[in-house]
Amino acid sequence: MESLWPQIERLLPTVAKPARYIGGEQGAQYPRHGPGTVAWLLLYPDTYEIGLPNQGLQILYEILNERPDALAERSYAPWVDMEAAMRAAGVPLFSVEQHLPARAFDVLAFNLSAELVYTNLVNLLDLARVPIHAADRGPEDPLVVAGGHCVFNPEPLADFVDAFVLGDGEEAVGEVNAVLGSWLREDPALRRRDRLRLDLAALEGVYVPALYVPRYEGGRLVATEPVSSDVPAVVAKRTITDLAEWPYPSRPLVPLTEVVHDRLNVEVFRGCTRGCRFCQAGMITRPVRERPAAQVRELVRRGLEWSGHDEVTLTSLSTADFSGIEETVRDIMDDPDNGGGVSVSLPSLRVDAFTVATAAQIQKARRTGLTFAPEGGTWRMRQVINKLITEEDLYSAVDAAFSQGWRRVKLYFLIGLPTERDEDVLGIAELGARCVEIGRRYNRSVTVTASVGGFVPKPHTPFQWFGQDTVAELTRKVGLLRERARATKGLTIRWHEPAASAAEGLASRGDRRMGAVIERVWRAGGTFQEWSERFDLGLWEEALEAEGLSLTEVVHRERAEDEALPWDHISAGLHRDFLWADWRDALDSVAVEDCRWTPCYDCGACTGLGLEHVVASAVAPAGGSQGTGQDLAAGGRIPVRLVSSRTS
Amino acid sequence: MDSAPLRVRFRFSKLGKVRFTSHRDVARMWERALRRSRLQVALSQGFSPHPLLSFGLALPTGCESLGEYLDARLEPASLDPPEVPRLAGVLTELLPMGITVQAAGLVDMAEGSLQQEVASCDWELEVLGVTGEELEERIGRLLDAPSLLVQRQRKGRMTQDDVRPAILSLAPVDARGPAHDEHHIGHIRATLATHPRGLRPGDLLSALGTGLVLGRACRTHQWIERGGARFEPLPLSDATTEPAVVHAEGRAS
Repeated sequence: MESLWPQIERLLPTVAKPARYIGGEQGAQYPRHGPGTVAWLLLYPDTYEIGLPNQGLQILYEILNERPDALAERSYAPWVDMEAAMRAAGVPLFSVEQHLPARAFDVLAFNLSAELVYTNLVNLLDLARVPIHAADRGPEDPLVVAGGHCVFNPEPLADFVDAFVLGDGEEAVGEVNAVLGSWLREDPALRRRDRLRLDLAALEGVYVPALYVPRYEGGRLVATEPVSSDVPAVVAKRTITDLAEWPYPSRPLVPLTEVVHDRLNVEVFRGCTRGCRFCQAGMITRPVRERPAAQVRELVRRGLEWSGHDEVTLTSLSTADFSGIEETVRDIMDDPDNGGGVSVSLPSLRVDAFTVATAAQIQKARRTGLTFAPEGGTWRMRQVINKLITEEDLYSAVDAAFSQGWRRVKLYFLIGLPTERDEDVLGIAELGARCVEIGRRYNRSVTVTASVGGFVPKPHTPFQWFGQDTVAELTRKVGLLRERARATKGLTIRWHEPAASAAEGLASRGDRRMGAVIERVWRAGGTFQEWSERFDLGLWEEALEAEGLSLTEVVHRERAEDEALPWDHISAGLHRDFLWADWRDALDSVAVEDCRWTPCYDCGACTGLGLEHVVASAVAPAGGSQGTGQDLAAGGRIPVRLVSSRTS
Repeated sequence: MDSAPLRVRFRFSKLGKVRFTSHRDVARMWERALRRSRLQVALSQGFSPHPLLSFGLALPTGCESLGEYLDARLEPASLDPPEVPRLAGVLTELLPMGITVQAAGLVDMAEGSLQQEVASCDWELEVLGVTGEELEERIGRLLDAPSLLVQRQRKGRMTQDDVRPAILSLAPVDARGPAHDEHHIGHIRATLATHPRGLRPGDLLSALGTGLVLGRACRTHQWIERGGARFEPLPLSDATTEPAVVHAEGRAS
């Protein structure tokens, strides 16, 4: 198929940030298309600069291109100016490597990391000139698949996507490739898409929505059932047991233009056992699987040499919990092969003075800002959400930060949490004011920013039954907080648009009827809804009304224990009764400990998979898993048997 | 003074797809490539040290070039002066497709910066929306005018400047033919001054009147003027690949 580049290059002088569309990254691959090779177009349904660093997409890109029977190129959502230019010039969606039209590919595979991009997915299918509805696709149309955290409630996209891959994609992607490869070898005249669907549904972790039917009674979902006994009643996620077998990305993409996270990323573990009840990522990625420290060091060394970056982020849901984090960081900084002057950043710092000391070690220059996430404004609130950071923890961390030269501290909070009272919201201003006061002892010009997001309950978490706060209620709480914070010079409150939280709630917990809503919003021009300048709640409200649905029903209503949830036929490994018990505990302000270092409370993730947490070191870190209420000051005895993944 | 950093000047082209990256993007490409080369770039003093790299005049995003420059202060420990010319090949390997390092050479520390020294640039521009004949007429009128007021945006405000003094030479390129006239594509060659304020190809088009769209644009040379003579900041040696060849490669990418 012909490259579209000659047409595309004529459009580029007229659009903003044309480098988004040229590809050419270091690490980009230019595979040969031909029979016997399944061609994948990996799509991230947001702008290039947001999508390029996505590690899941880069991992699959390498794995597929290493296979002799597969190839992969990439595409991202063109910004509205480019989309308009493409539509006017008749240019379809294209890959950034060889600028081939999307229809030159056998599979369009979407990475879904945020719910508000759903209208972009539909738009990209349309730009690709693929029928947007799965039911309208024929034997010549590409297969549309999706993966990523959002697909743990696939129902809102069930109309548009042929198959969802749940959980880790490293192994599953090869199996999907094999099924598709044999289907493509058949005579096109005899190929049947319903056969393909059945073959895909037979793969572990693959959910084919066309083979499941939702049943409603009185306007409410009562069950989602398979159409035949050939397909499983519940589809469970895939989990790779040993991260060490998948040292990817090994040649990370280095873009020619500025993107978010413009540095080397090395994943140090997957999963999290802290049990923060609001956190979907922590729940659906269990159990913990650490990468051996030696492999982390090797990936950092090779990655820096390959990319020319001078900064590396060690990624995970809670990197300070990586066993042996201090030694690993020190080794990276001391390694002469890393060229000296490499800076290491740890996302999601634990809130304690001990962690600040580590941060001080690695941020010798540029001590501008440190970020902590207490999430709740009062101790009671933090017990409800199971984020057990005491005020002493926070104040000693902030004291350590300011005393060691940092000038800005940023604190993350959620509002609209279950059982929240106004005093919990106002507690945020009080914590912030106290932090400013601590900072003033060291420097007059310190600033503290409290960043406040409206809580959106997510599937497969203990809060999945909770009735989300309305836009009016969130707005009122933000107002209260701003009013109280006004008295404190040096304290700034930033907040996320409450209306966007409402739309996110729709896409997060809606059932299959949400497909028609998404389609209406898209038809009304509602793309890039996660961009505040493009977001429009009015479009969503109109679409809901036209479909006979409401925000009250889908978003703000608390669910009962026996109510069918749209994702009941999808399993992240967690027992429903564990989640329900944890939800009741939350309402009683009862916390649970980090199960890496305490006995198992049988959430289902390990036992169901026949796995245990895989940690690189069998000794709990000094200080234990801070913020989980444990007293493991010396590091220590571990009551569960641990599988040490590799000697390192 | 063995330990004093060396000032190494690189000359490079920017052709093909990579022309859509910005000046800042190109700066970052060089920083990464230099780190990968293991050459040690000297750092500035101070609280937040940064590598001592000095880029010449910004090339507008979307324009190509056969003569871009970068001055780098390199630690002598990582570099033997006779090895400097070889760096062109080393760095081309480490830079993205479309960026070709044509030459590398030592420059006297006492010389002014590229920004100060470069006085003018040569451009080859493709102009859409006009026949060759009409373009010739417009150029003639422009050159006859004693002054040319153009509205330009400067720091977010519209200002009016006389750009006539910055147009040192301007001529149509004889690429006329039925095809060009039919598609209304003209070509011009211009030499534009850089001081006191540089004139960009887009500004030149505005000065040529309405209805013109800039097509491909290529900066072919940058010139330093001293004692009535003009010369390039780093000339291409005879051994260097001919620009025309590089050009074709870049376009093919």
